This record gives sequence, C-alpha cells and structure tokens, in this order.
Amino acid sequence: MTAGKRLAVVGAGAVGGSVADLAAAYGHTVVAFADSSSAVVDSGGVDTDAAIEQKSADGSVGDADPEEALHADYDVLVEATPTTLDDAEPGFSHVRAALERDRHVVLANKGPVAERYSDLRGLERDSDGAVRFEATVGGAIPILSTVGDLNPTHVTAARGVLNGTANFILSRMAAEGIDYEHVLAEAQDLGVAEADPAFDVEGTDAALKCVILANVLAGDDQEFTLEDADVAGITDVPGSALELAAEDGRTIRLVGEATREGIRVGPRLVPQNAALAVTGTRNIVQLETAHAGQLNLSGRGAGGEETASAVLGDVGRLG
Amino acid sequence: MTSTLGSDSDSEGSRAGEDAGHDGAPQPHTIRLELADEPGELLAALEPISENGGNLLSIFHERGSITPRGRIPVEVDVEATPDRFEAIVAALRDAGVNVVQAGAEQYAEELVVVLVGDIVGADLSDTLRRVEACPSASVADVSVNAPAGRGESSSARLRLATRAGGGSEALQTVRDLAEEKGLHVIEPLAGGGV
Repeated sequence: MTAGKRLAVVGAGAVGGSVADLAAAYGHTVVAFADSSSAVVDSGGVDTDAAIEQKSADGSVGDADPEEALHADYDVLVEATPTTLDDAEPGFSHVRAALERDRHVVLANKGPVAERYSDLRGLERDSDGAVRFEATVGGAIPILSTVGDLNPTHVTAARGVLNGTANFILSRMAAEGIDYEHVLAEAQDLGVAEADPAFDVEGTDAALKCVILANVLAGDDQEFTLEDADVAGITDVPGSALELAAEDGRTIRLVGEATREGIRVGPRLVPQNAALAVTGTRNIVQLETAHAGQLNLSGRGAGGEETASAVLGDVGRLG
Repeated sequence: MTSTLGSDSDSEGSRAGEDAGHDGAPQPHTIRLELADEPGELLAALEPISENGGNLLSIFHERGSITPRGRIPVEVDVEATPDRFEAIVAALRDAGVNVVQAGAEQYAEELVVVLVGDIVGADLSDTLRRVEACPSASVADVSVNAPAGRGESSSARLRLATRAGGGSEALQTVRDLAEEKGLHVIEPLAGGGV
C-alpha cells in the first residue's frame, strides 16, 4: 500500500461527492474540492462533510473560485465533472492543467477519454503524471484494470451491457409485458432514468464506454471517437419484439461491442440464460482473450459510491 | 410452432427459375426434416411427397436423437424427377415442415432476427419472398406480433436456415431490405456472445 495521496476533486455531483466522502476511508486527504462555480481549498485537509452539507444547502461547496482548486497543492486530480462531447471541455482543460504540473489524473468523466484519447495520451507522455480512468467504463466493475492485467494486445474483443438505465427498461418491458413509455416513466419515478433520458436510451453512454474500450485495445495504433461508433438505442424496441424473442428462449439487450476494428452499439437478441442477459441496472462486460478464453465481469455499473470505489482504486494504483 | 406462417416459397414463385426442366429422369434424393414430437407429424410430412409424385424409398426416423430445439430428425429418401423434387420441397415448406436439407443443398446454420416497425404496412410477404430469393438462406419459420395492427409498430421473428458460411450474406440481405422498408433489425449477437 502506497502512502495516502492529496486529492483535488473537481466535480461535486454523485461521483465527486462520494469520492470526497470516502477518500479518508482509503487513506487519502482531500485538499481541494470544486464544483462548476465554487471551491474549497485547504492544504491541511478539507472538511468534506461540511462541504457536502453546504453543497446540498446552498449549492456551493465553499467560498473559493473553482480555478483555485486546480492550482492547489495536490498529488492527484480527480476529474468528475459531467461528461461532455466533442472538445470534452471543461474536463479536458482540467486534465491538461494537472498533467502540465506533472500531477496524476484519475478520470470519472468519459469525455476526454472517448473524444480526445490521442491528445490525452500525448499530454501524459510529456508529463511525469499518469492518467487512469477505470471509473469511466462499468462503474464499480474493474474492467480496464483487468484488460491492463491481461495486456490489451491479448484481448481480442470486449462486449457487454454497459448502460443500467437501458437495461432496466428492457428487463422491465420483458418481465411485465409493458411498453417503453410506461417503463420509462416508472424508471424516472425510481430515479433510474434521468428526466432527459436520451443519453442512456439512445445508446450514447454505452457507445462512449465502448469507444474507451476500443481506444485501450487499439493502443497507439488507432484513435476512436463517438463519430466512429455505429449506434442504435432502444427507443424503437416495442414490447411485441421482446415477446417474440421470449417465445424463442431469447431476450433483447442493448449490447455494445468494441474491437480494434470499431464500435457497435444496438439492441441485440441474446439467449435468455446467457451471461449477457443481466437484468435490472446490472452491467456486464465479456472479454475475449487470445490465451485465457472468455472472461465475464459483472456488477454495478453506476452509482456514486460504486463509481467512487473505482476512482479510489485507481488512486491506489498510482505510484 | 404456434403462429407459424411457414415458408413463403412455392413452385410458381421465386424457385420457378431453378426448375431443371420436365424431362429429367427420376433420381434418388435425400431430404432431412426436423419434426415436432407430436402424433401425426410424420404422416403430415409424408403427404406432400406422395401428392407431388415422389416415390418414397426409405424413412429413417431418429426418435432417439432429439435436436437441441426438441425436434426429431427424420431422413427421407425419395425418387423423383428434378422438377417434381423441387415441387416436393416447396410443398413441404408450404405445409410448415422444417426442411433442414433437401438434396445437395445443406442448410447448416440457423439465424434468428426480429424485424421491428410497420411490418404489415411494409408488405411482409414481399419481405419474405425477397429473403427467400437470397441464395444462401431459406425462411424456416415466421412469427408476427402486431398488437395494434396496420400502421403501428409491430414485430416479426424470422428464423432463417442458412448454408454453412452464408449467415453474413443472409444478414446483409435482411439489413438491406429493412433499410429500404424503414424497418429496424434486431440482430443476434455473433461471435460467441452468450
């Protein structure tokens, strides 16, 4: 076990808040904590309970400017701001600022890894800091570290169910025989689906995770972005299709596939008893390897504490 | 096989061009079938053979070796002229009999897809006829689930028997048809993804 690290946590949503909350339990100290409009910086250790309380009371984590968190005296920047596409800003600039100061970066934000992988790796090469991003794929499930242990050159393909919201909706449609709109409303009531569910149900979120996997598998040979992915969502899947699948011992899952050749996400027929046919919000990734056969990794693919556990796992892996 | 429409091929349809003529001499042919394990299934499968002028040589009913789908494999040797043999196979498929192999044509693989959209409005029988015209695939059975009727989103499950290695060509045919007709294809996961 390496010594505890000084963390700057940027992003104070479910994931950033949980990282701040759990850091001490993993032996680390939060020296800066910021959301998009405020920050708290304390080289002796931020009172994270107070900051989280203030965030829920008045929407700010402290009185400082968010820029100050980026300039704090930290070892590791935890980038947990919301995922943005295209230029992946402001997350990418946060990462750049840390690497240019030779600090490590741990990402929960998918944007910079999916949309600007070459830029990210380029900054890392010029820095003494390292970049890790386990939390960007499959929440709590150690997918990227497993790929790293296997060595990406020995992993031929990755496929899986990587969006809990879409999977919850398809599972409920199949189990209850109710249509998409009704299940979506239920999922929104339960907090499983966002008020604007497009990112999940149109396959974008699963595709970003597959783009990240494809980037890792391809190494420096080829860069993928969301534009390279063939993406279909579940909004066109009627209950009648799930019934026909079930009559035949199958079901429909939103499956993402990532190889060095490309990325594909769409509703697919899978046997009902297949490992990939997980139910509810559960995620699964199946790795095809050259020498070790097939590996199935499943578990909770989202959630504040679950994703924070992946972030803090990455922090622990840094030298 | 509830709600099965069977194959859409018939001797006057897409297969007519393949007829080898009317003056061929009778030859022996082997037909492999898979039947449901129910009384009368075997007799129902033999009727189209005699009705279309086939001379039954032998029947091998493999009751002991049930297929993974719970069917009983049956091998039938028939003597018939080439054109009569074509008619027999078409009649068997019209009767909803699952023909696994007819003569030299071996259907080695199964491909199941679900089409989604306005299935009825997009002319299902035309869709099936054109899938059947694909040289590497035969429509083994079709189930339609159209709760709201014409104009509304409905689904059709197609089970295709494809020749060894012909699955990707068959799938591409289905994709092209779906694209043309504004339908979505829910494809099976290939590559051992189970």
